[in-house]
Amino acid sequence: MSFEAVIGLEVHAQLLTRSKLFCGCATAFGASPNVHTCEVCLGMPGALPVLNREAVTLAVRAALALDCTVHERSQWARKNYFYPDLPKGYQISQFDRPLATHGHLDLEVEGSARTIDILRIHMEEDAGKNVHDDVLAGSRSYVDFNRGGVPLIEIVGAPQIRSGAEAAAYMRELRRTLRFLDVCDGNLEEGSLRCDANVSIRKVGATTLGTRTELKNINSFRFVAAAIDFEIHRQIAVVEAGDAVVQETRLWDAQAKVTRAMRSKEEAHDYRYFPDPDLPDLVLTAAAIHSARATLPELPAAKKERFVDALGLTAYDAALLTEEPELCRFFEAAVAGHKNAKGIANWILNELLREARGQPLAALKLTPESLAELVRLIDDGTISGKIAKDLFAELVTAGGAPAALVKERGLAQLVDTAGIEATVDAVLAANAGSVAAYRAGKTNILGFLVGQVMKASGGKANPKIVNEVLRRRLG
Amino acid sequence: MTTPKPPVQAEVLRIAALARLVLSDAEAEAMTPELAEILAHVAKLEEVDVTGVEATAHAVGFATPLRDDVSRPGLDLERALANAPERIGDGFGVPKILE
Repeated sequence: MSFEAVIGLEVHAQLLTRSKLFCGCATAFGASPNVHTCEVCLGMPGALPVLNREAVTLAVRAALALDCTVHERSQWARKNYFYPDLPKGYQISQFDRPLATHGHLDLEVEGSARTIDILRIHMEEDAGKNVHDDVLAGSRSYVDFNRGGVPLIEIVGAPQIRSGAEAAAYMRELRRTLRFLDVCDGNLEEGSLRCDANVSIRKVGATTLGTRTELKNINSFRFVAAAIDFEIHRQIAVVEAGDAVVQETRLWDAQAKVTRAMRSKEEAHDYRYFPDPDLPDLVLTAAAIHSARATLPELPAAKKERFVDALGLTAYDAALLTEEPELCRFFEAAVAGHKNAKGIANWILNELLREARGQPLAALKLTPESLAELVRLIDDGTISGKIAKDLFAELVTAGGAPAALVKERGLAQLVDTAGIEATVDAVLAANAGSVAAYRAGKTNILGFLVGQVMKASGGKANPKIVNEVLRRRLG
Repeated sequence: MTTPKPPVQAEVLRIAALARLVLSDAEAEAMTPELAEILAHVAKLEEVDVTGVEATAHAVGFATPLRDDVSRPGLDLERALANAPERIGDGFGVPKILE
């Protein structure tokens, strides 16, 4: 019997705001517990929420970039449940009138194009964080509400994903898009991008859905594919053994590489959603939505295509340069200063990434402008590749203007043939053995002689002229 | 227009459980007709003809106000934790939650 998997992803993305969704508390990650709290986000009686404009702007931007219909009127709802990380006894979310619906995300999975529909995007506040610290808390837990009330969007994808690999590709494309939009920093480890997966299986060709399980706790890209593929195989084994899949929430155990049913039996959820009486509807004008659409930045997929079509990069290089916004911005700023996109891409992907050793590019002294200048100096023949590499290493650690450094230190290439001839003659005189070997047929010794001449010139001789002169003298 | 069915005791107990209320049998029994009365009262609204009226969740006619994204200091830690049922470190102590 052959099965197919049906997977739908629900992704929570933290919006890059300074303050929380309904109060002025800071959203900064990593603060000590409960220093970013107030009457509103602790749910004290009488405190009233006031919506953060920037959170709305970012949510709308994400929705438009995912080609959703953004609704002019959306509604805040209370999702009622009891859990220690939820101080009010409800989460402010959106239910039957969400911010946006009917979008899609285009992605590439193993070389072929796929489109996954986005069913809806709604805004909501995050819950606090339960901390289990045996030393401090013993048999109890404690709650840190710094994260409580932080703005999120939940992006609900259609159940159209068929494998762990597709799910991982969807997550990567979504992350890349949100990062290029400056909507979310996409940090899975810190929880600013989180993924829950609804997984079920059915016989190939069946049109009804099988019983699904919900996978939580998938907090790394490596786990997305592994957790989902494990769950698909587990469900197939259950059905093939003649049993039924149980609808439940399961957690990915990264150490054991298995999914496990949550021990605490959750009651069938009845969230009793109702409109939040404290919050009138969110109303956006058609003009505001239109202008948000008009100011959307170019998305990474479009950038990649342009880098290939208009700038002549290979698809591989274009993909690398559009993976991270920081790298892409560096590249585009450098190309603005010197039109050799291929040359600049090579320097960034080969030299810059190696020199950066994982540091953020902003921490390096090299600016896009100085990289552009360096590549121009190579392209117009002012400096040799060897000199450029030496200069590059220095620009990365100490900074400086390449053209000025070349002038100041006399690093410009020697293109004066007479001068090079004199150096060549001196090198040939000092290497009579090699000259004899060359003339006896060991022509591959030429490279050694070129190297000696380059060394004698302090790396400044134009290698092309050196080659010509050497061949003439030896021939 | 349909009139809601009067709640049975099981329904009262389910709603109470969702609200984390523990009702004795006697309380649940007393509450069943009370809840039925409340629902019947609210059901009177269904007699109003709302043909052509757009559904709304609020009586106020304005959009939710927006504030600028400015971060401000909140409560200091001691005040924030002053009403905690139990303090553990700088956190609100709660029963241990596994998973």
